[in-house]
Amino acid sequence: MIPELGHYALVLALFVALVQSVPPLVGAATRNTAWMNVAVPAAIAQMMLVLIAYGALTWAHVVSDFSVLNVVQNSHSAKPMLYKVSGVWGNHEGSMMLWIVMLTIFGAAVAVFGRNLPPTLKARVLAVQGLIGVGFLLFILITSNPFIRVVPAPLDGNDLNPLLQDPGLAFHPPFLYAGYVGFSMAFSFAVAALIEGRVDPAWARWVRPWTLAAWSTLTMGIAMGSWWAYYELGWGGWWYWDPVENASFMPWLAGTALLHSAIVVEKRDALKSWTILLSIVTFSLSLMGTFLVRSGILTSVHAFAVDPKRGIFILVLLAIATGGSLLLYSLRAPSLKAGGLFAPISREGALVLNNLLLSTATATVFIGTLYPLFLDIMKLGKVSVGAPFFNATFVPVAIPVVIAMVVGPYLSWKRADLGSALTRLWVAGVAVVIAVAITAYVKAGGGPLMALVGIALAAWAFVGSLVEFADRIALFRTSFRNSWNRAVHLPRSAWGMTIAHASIGLSILGMTGTSAWQTESITSMKPGDQTSVAGYEFHFDSVGLVNGPNFKAERGIFTVTKDGRPIATLEPERRSYSTTRMTTTESAIHTTVFSDLYVALGDPTQNGTAWIVRIYHHPLVPWIWIGGVGMMLGGLVSLTDRRFRIGAPERRRAAGKSAPLPAE
Amino acid sequence: MRRLLYLLPFLLFIGVGVAFYLGFERDPRDIPSALIDKPAPTFDLPAIPGQPATGGLSSAKLEGDVTLVNVFASWCIPCKAEHPVITRLSREQGVTVYGINYKDKPEDALTWLSRNGNPYAAIGADQDGRVSIDWGVYGVPESYLIDRKGRIRYKHVGPLTPQVVEEQILPMVKHLRQG
Repeated sequence: MIPELGHYALVLALFVALVQSVPPLVGAATRNTAWMNVAVPAAIAQMMLVLIAYGALTWAHVVSDFSVLNVVQNSHSAKPMLYKVSGVWGNHEGSMMLWIVMLTIFGAAVAVFGRNLPPTLKARVLAVQGLIGVGFLLFILITSNPFIRVVPAPLDGNDLNPLLQDPGLAFHPPFLYAGYVGFSMAFSFAVAALIEGRVDPAWARWVRPWTLAAWSTLTMGIAMGSWWAYYELGWGGWWYWDPVENASFMPWLAGTALLHSAIVVEKRDALKSWTILLSIVTFSLSLMGTFLVRSGILTSVHAFAVDPKRGIFILVLLAIATGGSLLLYSLRAPSLKAGGLFAPISREGALVLNNLLLSTATATVFIGTLYPLFLDIMKLGKVSVGAPFFNATFVPVAIPVVIAMVVGPYLSWKRADLGSALTRLWVAGVAVVIAVAITAYVKAGGGPLMALVGIALAAWAFVGSLVEFADRIALFRTSFRNSWNRAVHLPRSAWGMTIAHASIGLSILGMTGTSAWQTESITSMKPGDQTSVAGYEFHFDSVGLVNGPNFKAERGIFTVTKDGRPIATLEPERRSYSTTRMTTTESAIHTTVFSDLYVALGDPTQNGTAWIVRIYHHPLVPWIWIGGVGMMLGGLVSLTDRRFRIGAPERRRAAGKSAPLPAE
Repeated sequence: MRRLLYLLPFLLFIGVGVAFYLGFERDPRDIPSALIDKPAPTFDLPAIPGQPATGGLSSAKLEGDVTLVNVFASWCIPCKAEHPVITRLSREQGVTVYGINYKDKPEDALTWLSRNGNPYAAIGADQDGRVSIDWGVYGVPESYLIDRKGRIRYKHVGPLTPQVVEEQILPMVKHLRQG
């Protein structure tokens, strides 16, 4: 009964989404307020209905209702509760449900918080948002209905792929999707602005917080996905340039560019049509990511469930959304009025450079990801493009981004003096020299040249960003108290920028450290044996059998000491899942801030008396994800800026008037 | 002229969209092989250094029973994904699986096998990839089904899935064993 309620709510949501899009569009064109206002309750109703449907599906998973096909295919009665809940989005149908849940939450947020938006803009934004909802609801109902029943119901389910039964993976899709879908806001605002034929600083002030929120969650999602790959899939790899990873990375790069170009629109009323284009492209890349993952058009490790029919449907959606909006762009963008002028060396100039480089980086990843497909279609043969291509093309574009990132905030709007900006950065320059010298000394030669470049970049980004902040609050140039006051009164967006930029330095530090200086040992060990890696002694104490809810495991116990001092006890496992008959290795990781010790238990050897044990020392690797979290925090701090606390300035102005405003 | 510039993103998208559409007509895993029904190329590969137990792989070993030759590498992520399927095929479904370790460092390959298990009856180390060129390997993973006379009868590009094993490999193995 409850799955049917969910199904019904989903169908109803489709019709509500139609109501959310058609009348408001007509109303906005004919200035009919009543028709425009329909969008607000419709957006809220659509969210409620989709939440009911999602709740019904979750309920079916939680109580293990094996008369629902989706539950049979992806769940098992003995699966831990955490994965029963996360298993809802661990499969295709459920993940599309999560997608639409996010979409409607964003839509409802505009309806609720967008009280101060110009009425026609608001109606059009909600209408476009509603149209995206129509497309995806149709997609779910026609090709991926999660509420289909099976008769007779089997006694138990097939269980979820054990690789996916992991907390890190369980929670990265909601973040990724919130990011992907969050960019739909920028898209809806862009399309609405094109229909209106008007883009002004107020428009950018509306788009920026949504983009920031989407960017922050996407950053978090990517970081979590990479962390999962590090400890579950790999031998210390944290990024594989897999098509699906690239699919999330492209919107991130384009979104980063959008974040920065929107600043120029807001502050200087320039780069308008470029920002509109970026908004469209960013969301299109998110849609394309969904398409690539779901169509099976490229071979990828993530291709857990693919179906070409669904691919065609998403392709049609992509064609309508992207093709339609780009056509609208080509018709309307030429009439957008260009705004403020600026010299090449200026804050605007730096942001344009940032945009050019980030767009190039996006294009690089795009070409690398799709090249095999294009070549195949041209009948020129089959190839696979791997890490060497991306290292050779992406890295050279990324390096100038990081260098310029530190200088940009020093430049003033309109026209700036590059020489004086660089002089003020002397502290960062000194930091770079010291960091490289220390690295070269400690590592006796410093390893590969790229490692030194990486360390230099990390120091430049981290110290340079902090120096800029110190400069802003006049640290050491005035009393500490005075600096403190300045810091407190700095806009939150300035805080956010410093945190995010400095965090990029931290991530680069981690990436460099683990790529250049990891050590590993692979040996056959018996309980009682001892081995030494990177100055740590690993003592293999024992192996025990453990029974999990839906798996059996061998669990090894290792005591780690350094110079006789105990450091940690590590318990890696080899799990065999009975239903899916898969074995997974659960590596055990001891992390200090400066490095990870990583132990994994391999196959038994010598008739089960010994095991192949792999031990890794990954220097600095935690900083990759600390940096990722930092970037996200930077985004969130910036989001609390008072300009974005929606309508705050207007409300204050309104309070100044004596006439009471009618409540909406 | 200026208008054309604004039309450019749309035109580019049309190109990409058409490419995507055409992409559906081809399965990235469906690669024509000139070697189907021909004898497998003659080769003799040494074992992975440090793993002499099972010996290397040569064309002589492929005759006698229906076997699956799986080309893999430790640096290939889809290989990791298909590994449980290969393991099951070899340990539970009674198909002899041989491995060709493609362009891999011996220590990496051994690590990989120790971590994930070794379902292969024998592995030939093709460090420079020459033998794989003779086999027509486009990328890893690839799997070839060899009949009793040592002829290639089926080729699968990309990771094997339980579905492919059930619907293609196992029926084919059964058929070839009878024939």
